[in-house]
Amino acid sequence: MDLTIGPIAFFWNAETVRGFYRTLAASPARRVVIGEWVCSKRLPFWQQEIPGAVECLRTAGKEVALSTLSLITLRRERRQTEELFATGLPVEIADLGALKHLPEGMPFQVGPLVNVYNEGTLEWLARKGATRICLPPELPLASVARLAAAGAAAGLAVEVWGHGRAPLAISGRCYHARLHDRAKDSCQFICGDDPDGRDVETLEGVPFLTVNGVQTLGHAHTTAAGQIDELREAGVTALRLSPQTGDFAGLVGLYHRIAQGGTPRPEALAGLRRLMPEAALADGFLAGTPGASIAG
Amino acid sequence: MELVCPAGTPAALRAAVDAGAHTVYCGFANETNARNFPGLNFSAQELAEGVAYAAARGARVLVAINTFPRAGDQAIWHRAVAEAKAAGAHAVILADLGLIAHAAEAHPDLRLHLSVQAAAANPDAINFYAETFGIRRVVLPRVLTVEEITAINREIDVETEVFVFGGLCVMAEGRCSLSSYATGLSPNMNGVCSPASHVVYGEVGGQNEARLGGFLIHRTPKGAPAPYPTLCKGCFTAPATATGAAQTGHLFEDPVSLDATELIPRLRQAGVTALKIEGRQRSRAYVAQVVRAFRAAVEAVETGAPIPAGLLAKLTEGQAATTGAYAKTWR
Repeated sequence: MDLTIGPIAFFWNAETVRGFYRTLAASPARRVVIGEWVCSKRLPFWQQEIPGAVECLRTAGKEVALSTLSLITLRRERRQTEELFATGLPVEIADLGALKHLPEGMPFQVGPLVNVYNEGTLEWLARKGATRICLPPELPLASVARLAAAGAAAGLAVEVWGHGRAPLAISGRCYHARLHDRAKDSCQFICGDDPDGRDVETLEGVPFLTVNGVQTLGHAHTTAAGQIDELREAGVTALRLSPQTGDFAGLVGLYHRIAQGGTPRPEALAGLRRLMPEAALADGFLAGTPGASIAG
Repeated sequence: MELVCPAGTPAALRAAVDAGAHTVYCGFANETNARNFPGLNFSAQELAEGVAYAAARGARVLVAINTFPRAGDQAIWHRAVAEAKAAGAHAVILADLGLIAHAAEAHPDLRLHLSVQAAAANPDAINFYAETFGIRRVVLPRVLTVEEITAINREIDVETEVFVFGGLCVMAEGRCSLSSYATGLSPNMNGVCSPASHVVYGEVGGQNEARLGGFLIHRTPKGAPAPYPTLCKGCFTAPATATGAAQTGHLFEDPVSLDATELIPRLRQAGVTALKIEGRQRSRAYVAQVVRAFRAAVEAVETGAPIPAGLLAKLTEGQAATTGAYAKTWR
């Protein structure tokens, strides 16, 4: 089992992005997906970093793919999607509308925000040219196992959400702007102030969700670290780690060791808690319980 | 314009047809539809009877099979499509790519509509479904402005259907797992959002509390109207940060309903074919009242008369309504 680093969900400045991908080049991650995944308004602030990051990562031997936006509505967003396919790099689609731009016969990858819940959808995508699918984070292990088997039979790789605040929802409305009494069109890029998103608590102070622009994430860090053996047995070939601040290189190293196998669940979770002592962990989605919960 | 009305039960179907619905949509009593609530929905026999009742009065029936089939259990969903066809449904409303592919292949003469759960929010997505599977109509997500709907209609050849009244989803539908994060049950997998089975009401310090999956969603003074604890319409706090002041309130959306009655003329101008009323979980009395009001509104728009005002104010959640994403300022 190997590691895929997903696209950065948050609004980081160009310098931070540059440093992040340089560090990743030296990490044991096998592949990296780069691109603006959440809000196209942010892209002009860091898109000039993308070619350099691709170069740096490929030189280091990583597989690199470019991600589409996850909710494409504007004309320029559609044009940007079309341009991704023209780069010649592998593209990971995050909105099925991207398939309209897929050149005939070109292979592609599928991100976790595309609804692949069953064999029929997976097999259709495989016939269309999908080579790799990261499953939606809310799927329980029983479904993951069925889909990993279908993926193996169809000749495509199946990966699961391995670590990070789970992407729970995306909207036309920017909740980050709304927190500052602004609308999406006049957001003044306020999401850039919160590099891991803005916390949302219940009225009694229980951390619950995280606002990231038009996207809503879980507050807890969803982790598959405690279920690696089951996932491997099911035929899952990769874990997806979602970029965050803090010791991300340490996180990649920890998951690399876990993904090699033989780390019992308590030890894996204890390792995570050492790296992120303040963070809440969750693995309920895979366990088939509420996603915010942590089993055992 | 075509008025597409909800029917959670055979009695509601008859009420909607009698009140003037051009079209009624409903679902089977299982997890294949996104309103999988106890005591609701149709058996195959009831659906066939409902189709006959509607047809005798010039109305049509659509069947929503708009959850995402569970891996290993796709046969349940495939059977639902076959049963809808056998019952004489005018069309099926589908969301899952694999299920659409199955329906297009196994039932090439069955009319396919794309559910709002498919989250096709741009012309490319809609044209992809139209060209690949022959879908004839798309139910547009509630994340678009009227201007965007106009632009979409210029670039597609299929019919569009939009929501005009009822519950308001503020997240892109079919792509929201807030409910499964809090409760383990989700619209996509189980056909439920913020399910009543996971709601607990309590009273603390003279205030009513509503929890969903253990998370406090609302706290209201005793005696005040208490909204249903839907996650995205809950009351939360964003603590202060270095650059942001603390905020407490309905951070995502107020507990309001969608009412786009006043926008019907503009939606017609935008090229919209059908207006959809949400509410399969509602009583037949409610359905009849809303359908009558909207039929009157649609008739008025068709003849150029003013829309009768204030018909529905009492029916909206919290007695408050919004035009949601249709107005750009909502964002």
